[in-house]
Amino acid sequence: MAVNADFLGRTYPPSGPYPVDAALIAAFAAAVGSSDPVHTDPEAARAAGYADVVAPPTMAVRFAQASDRAYVADPEAGIDYSRVVHGEQRFVHHRPITAGDEVLGTLTVDQIRQAGGHSMITTRTELATAAGEALATCTSTIVVRGGED
Amino acid sequence: MGARSLDSVSVGDVLGPVSVPVGRDTLVAYANASGDQNPIHQDEEFARSVGLPDVIAHGMWTMGAAATVLADWAGDAGRVVEYGTRFTKPVVVPSSGAEIQVEGKVTSVDAETGRVGVELTVTSEGQKVLGRCVAVVRLG
Repeated sequence: MAVNADFLGRTYPPSGPYPVDAALIAAFAAAVGSSDPVHTDPEAARAAGYADVVAPPTMAVRFAQASDRAYVADPEAGIDYSRVVHGEQRFVHHRPITAGDEVLGTLTVDQIRQAGGHSMITTRTELATAAGEALATCTSTIVVRGGED
Repeated sequence: MGARSLDSVSVGDVLGPVSVPVGRDTLVAYANASGDQNPIHQDEEFARSVGLPDVIAHGMWTMGAAATVLADWAGDAGRVVEYGTRFTKPVVVPSSGAEIQVEGKVTSVDAETGRVGVELTVTSEGQKVLGRCVAVVRLG
């Protein structure tokens, strides 16, 4: 199975909305070992200038990967998920994601290239609120390992 | 609490090192919070069946745990405005658990915008597990 280069440049309709609540933020913060009160204490978050408790910086990946699914799970895309490893990840935050946000993710396939028998796919997911406020740009490169079919 | 003051930060300042423990329970908690339920991060038999030495941590867990060290240094997790890395080596997590070491260095300070560049070094068992791990925090 080969990765289908026809998907290069494709942008998907927004996926979501993914609701963000305090319980999810607290669970993610605990899992990455954070005890920063801006994740769990609305008063502390408001004192720091936020509308409500703030998601940890990498929690955006949850919504980016949920948005990726329409692409990576499409049989036409030719991505054998059992051969996928995560190569790179980058976030640019436009404003922190907070409890109460309804997140939409718009996925674009930015790059598909071959190197050393592997395929490397770079996707970009723009996260925004339903009202159109930009939240984060999440760029991910996955490596689909080549090998015997 | 509150964000670190920009005036107190200089190029060359060092963060950490900080050790962060990771157990199988950590990975289950991370899988549930992130939505990434790939069994290579939870099931030893499955991990070995696909050629891994043991259960490995989610690369995104490692990136997230390093972000916690960075955010603690910044004093406010909402101040991390850019953050990126390459995943160069897996963190192997045996049933007895493992740990990662996180340290960082301030590489740039922009007094006008408050943007502070930080380069992080993350290792497990003495080996670098993240490559080119760089962040920008915004301080005032």
